Formats: sequence, structure tokens, C-alpha cells
Amino acid sequence: MSESTISARKIRMRSWFGIAEARNGSREQLARAVIAVLVVATAGTMLASLAIGPISVPVFDILPKIATRLWSPAEGAPEGVSLRDWVVVMDIRLPRVVLGALVGAALAVSGAVMQGLFRNPLADPGIVGVSAGAGLGAAMFIVLGNTVLSPVVALLGIYAVPLAAFLGGLVTTLLLYRIGTRGGMTSVATLLLAGIALGALTGAMTGVLVYVADDQELRDLQFWGLGSLAGANWEKVASAAPIILLMLVSVPFLARGLNGLTLGEAAASHIGVRVQRLKNLSILMVAGATGASVAVSGGIGFVGIVVPHLLRLTIGPDHKYLLPAAALLGAILLIAADTLSRTIVSPAELPIGIITAFVGAPFFLWILLRKRGLTGL
Amino acid sequence: MLHQKVEATDQSTTGLLVDHVGVRIGSTPIVNDVSFHAKPGEVLAIIGPSGSGKTTLLRAMTGELSYSGHVLLGGLEIGDLPPEAQAQMRGVLPQLSQISFPLTVSEVIGLGLIDRQQKRRDRLVRITEALSKVGLAGFEGRNYQDLSGGEQQRVQLARVLCQVWEPVADDGTPRWLFLDEPVSSLDIKHQYQIMRLAADYAERGGGVVAVMHDLNLTLTFADRVLVMRRGENLAFGAREKVMRTDLLSRAYDFPLTLTKCAVAGAPIVVPVTGR
Repeated sequence: MSESTISARKIRMRSWFGIAEARNGSREQLARAVIAVLVVATAGTMLASLAIGPISVPVFDILPKIATRLWSPAEGAPEGVSLRDWVVVMDIRLPRVVLGALVGAALAVSGAVMQGLFRNPLADPGIVGVSAGAGLGAAMFIVLGNTVLSPVVALLGIYAVPLAAFLGGLVTTLLLYRIGTRGGMTSVATLLLAGIALGALTGAMTGVLVYVADDQELRDLQFWGLGSLAGANWEKVASAAPIILLMLVSVPFLARGLNGLTLGEAAASHIGVRVQRLKNLSILMVAGATGASVAVSGGIGFVGIVVPHLLRLTIGPDHKYLLPAAALLGAILLIAADTLSRTIVSPAELPIGIITAFVGAPFFLWILLRKRGLTGL
Repeated sequence: MLHQKVEATDQSTTGLLVDHVGVRIGSTPIVNDVSFHAKPGEVLAIIGPSGSGKTTLLRAMTGELSYSGHVLLGGLEIGDLPPEAQAQMRGVLPQLSQISFPLTVSEVIGLGLIDRQQKRRDRLVRITEALSKVGLAGFEGRNYQDLSGGEQQRVQLARVLCQVWEPVADDGTPRWLFLDEPVSSLDIKHQYQIMRLAADYAERGGGVVAVMHDLNLTLTFADRVLVMRRGENLAFGAREKVMRTDLLSRAYDFPLTLTKCAVAGAPIVVPVTGR
């Protein structure tokens, strides 16, 4: 079946959701409905993840108590809640759910922005080496934080690792853009190959760090490298949240520009988009959000490619709706995957990066097969 | 003499004035010292052989490439105007328009509706109007990437029309269409339809600048013609003055002759040699 028949059928399928949408070609109402559903689903997934685990917790009893505590802070478990349940929720599961939501949203939105920027659905921070660059930055601080880089750590505190990861991601993204894009057109082949090369280079540098690391640092590095939310605590939430939230609130301002960029750089500028500024901001945001995520959760791959792609199939590529929907679906998928990762082999746990790779890698291949021949890879 | 002077001031405030413009891509000069002017209410065609710098000149005039000399649109230097301001004054139809994600036709045209105050309902109505103008009524829900090249080109034109819908803005300043080979991939019926649309835009007070390959369409629809050769301005003036046998043959380095169509009585260009 040809690509065109597939997409024609897709549009016909969408008419199931709203007959008027298909006729006037606008998917805005559908997109709004999907976002509303995702908001509810996000809340539901968060609640479920709080409740599920080796210890079952009565979430609905505890939630109101948490709300009260926000107004009047106090020590110990509130009345009517066992100390065990309180500790499980407040110190273990809640920070993990919040971190999962932040990281999932950041990864999915980074993917969507990067795909818009490179004008290609296969661009993703994990695949083109941005995460690897961010990982190098983070690894430097894990290994050298107590010795050579200790003055920096003393100065920046918990923000040292996220900032280093941000800088690593930024440098990689800038290099990729310089290498992969000529005259506003990005060659997928160049992009992916450059990503492999940059990934290998940063991997080698990380290897040097592994070589000089001591036992404890090695354990930290390896655990972190697999991608996991297991170490989640409020300190990690506090270190990643500012950058990720800043990115999430500012990304809607990129939507119009990224939509224009669908037509190409020249046409985008013809309809009034400041293309250079758009590119700079996008790169900054992708690097920032990827860096912050990688710093707290290691290399969790494929969220940035699966989520935007699924959404484009349903609500279309309009970034005004795609970006917020991606943030929500990214959060849902990551929390769900994390819940799975800590229950599937309970009481041990599987690094979440393994789960996302198991789902994401075949998905990536599927997109590749569908697009082959069209893009002339 | 006095008359001429008045016209010159008029040019600089409402028209398009291209003054000694040169464009380099990298270190290669593509356009050299080109000067001409266009008035709102007229269709200006830029013709010349492939590689003569027509598109490059158009890209400079639309703020995409930097240039030496001056390009004044409504008295304002294009190179100094931010994209938002340019977008209010003129729409640009590029030669090739591939989009990177599967948008519907309606969504593609919607990108041209740059007035953010416009209500959703009005936007949809405008999109429908624009589609019927380019002869694609009912195409709203189609996937853009499934359309033929000619259909895509007309969808893009509808998008450009939406951007500068009224040929004259509320404050009386004319708007402009810059078209890069607007009919290159269309069949003859749609070539005429689109060129009539451009001529109509000019008649209603807007300005039209079109890079053209088809000399017969140029003869039929252009008011003024700029002939380019090797990046230079070979001739510029009213259509009758420029579209001459000797000039065209020299421009294209190919023996051409002007004759009258036996049926319509309109002038046509044909090669001297037959086969």
C-alpha cells in the first residue's frame, strides 16, 4: 500500500471523531478534546502510580491530608494515616511520580520541538546524540565532582549536574545543527550519521571518566546510565523542576513559529516568523529540558519519538496542540512505564530505560519502514 | 518634466523601487546592478533564461537574501524590516513547496492567516473562499502531501492570498504578491485561471511581481516586463516596448519571433525555426 493511500485512510478514519473536522480540514476541536482526555488520564495515572506497589496505599485517604499539609506544614504522619503509608507516599512514591511527570513531559516536548526544528519526524534528542552529550556533562560531575570540579559543585549545589548536562546537550545540538542543516534543509542521513559520530565521541569521553572513576562513582554512573527514576527524591525534583517547568511554560510561544517552519525556512519568514530567533530558542529549550532530564534520570530513550508521532497521527501536526498534548502523554507514558518497571520484577526493579527501549526501538523501526522511499534516506 | 517628478515621489511611497541591486550567494555574484520599479495596479513580470538570476532577485526583494543597493517597498528598505512587518505588506509564493508533516489543505492555508485576532469561524470561511479562488473548492480536508504538484502549488497560492487578502490595506497602502513561477506546474486552463487571479489582484489596487517562464502568458498578462540575462538587467519597461523580437532573441540566445494569433488576434511568441 502506498504512503498516500495510508494517509488518505488516516484522514477518513479521523472523520469518526468528528465529521465536521474532516470536512473543513481543521482538527482543532478534535485536538482540544484529546487534550482534555489527556489531562484526566494524567491525573489518573499519577494516582494509580501512587497507589500501586509492594505496599498498597489508600491514596484517596491520603490526598486531602497532603493538601492540608501544604497549608500548614508539620512533622510526622497526619491523623488517620499510618506512618508507613505516609512515608511510602511522601518520601518514595510522590517524588518519583512528580519526577516521572517532569521527565516524561520534558522528553516528549523536546522530541516534538526538535522534530519541528529539523523538519523531520525521526529527530529525537536520544537518537541524534543530544542525550549522550548531556550524559557526558553529567558524568563529569558524578566522577570529578569531589575532586577537580568540587569548587563548581560548591558554587552551584544541586544544580551543578543539571547545568553540566544542559551545556553538554547544548554543544551537541549546536554541532548537529551546523553539520546536518544546509540552506534550511536537513538531511536525515547526515543528521543520523552525525548523531552516531557525536554519540561515539561523547561515549569515548565518558569512557575515560569511567576509567578513572572509583567503585562508588562507577556504581552511580552505571545505574544512572541505564536510565531510571529509582533514585527519585525531592532534591532531584527541585534540581530538575525549574529548568523543565521554564521550558514547558515557554514552549507554547514556539508553536506558531514551528508551524510556519513546516513550510520551510524561507516560507516561514515570509509569513512573519523570525526564523533565527526561533531556532536559537528551540535549541536552547531542547538542550535545557534534555539536560535536566538526563541529569536526574539518565538515558531514558524513545519517549521523544513515540509520543509526538502517535499524537500527529491523531490530532495532526499543529504545534499549538501537539506540544501541550505531548507534555501530557509523555508524562503519562513515563509514569506508567516507571510503575511497570518497579512492579514487574518486584521486589527488585528494572531500569525504566530498558522498558522504553523495548517499546520505542521497534516503533522507531516502524516509522523508518513507513517513510523509506519517501524521504530518500 | 514636472509630471515625471511627481511620478517619482509616488513611486517611492507606494511602489516597489529596486535601485542598483546586487546579490551574492557565497562569493559568487548572481545579480548585478539591477534597477527597476513597479507600481501597484500593475503586473510586473521578470523573464529571462534559466540561471539569469530571476529567483535570486526575487529572494532578495522578499527579505530572504541580503543585497547591496536598495529595495524600497512603500518607501521602506526591505532589508531593515522585520519579517512581521514584511508579512503584513506582501505575500510570497515560492517555487517549490514541500511540507515536512502531513497537514491538511485547510491547515496549510491556515498558516497564511497571520491576523491572530481573526475568529476561528472567519478563518474557516476565508480558507473556503481562497480555495474556490484557486479552483480547488472542497479540498479543505484533503491531505496536502497526497495532492499533485499543480494542486499543491495552487494550495500554496491560496495560503499566500489569505495572508494579503485585501489588495489595499485599511490605511490605504497597497499590498503585494511576489510569485516565483506561479504557473510552472499547471495545465493551460489553470495557468490562465491563476494569471487572471493575479491580474485581478492588481486591478483591485495591489501590486504583483511574478517570475515567469512562459512568454505567451507574459504577453497576455504583464503590464511591465523586466528582462534579465546573466544576472543583469537587459531591458525594462512597458510590455510593448520590451517584448520585441530582437530583444527576446538576444535574451534567450535563441531565434524567436512575435506574430499574431490567427484566432484571438493576440500577440504570441514562437521560435523562428519550427522544429
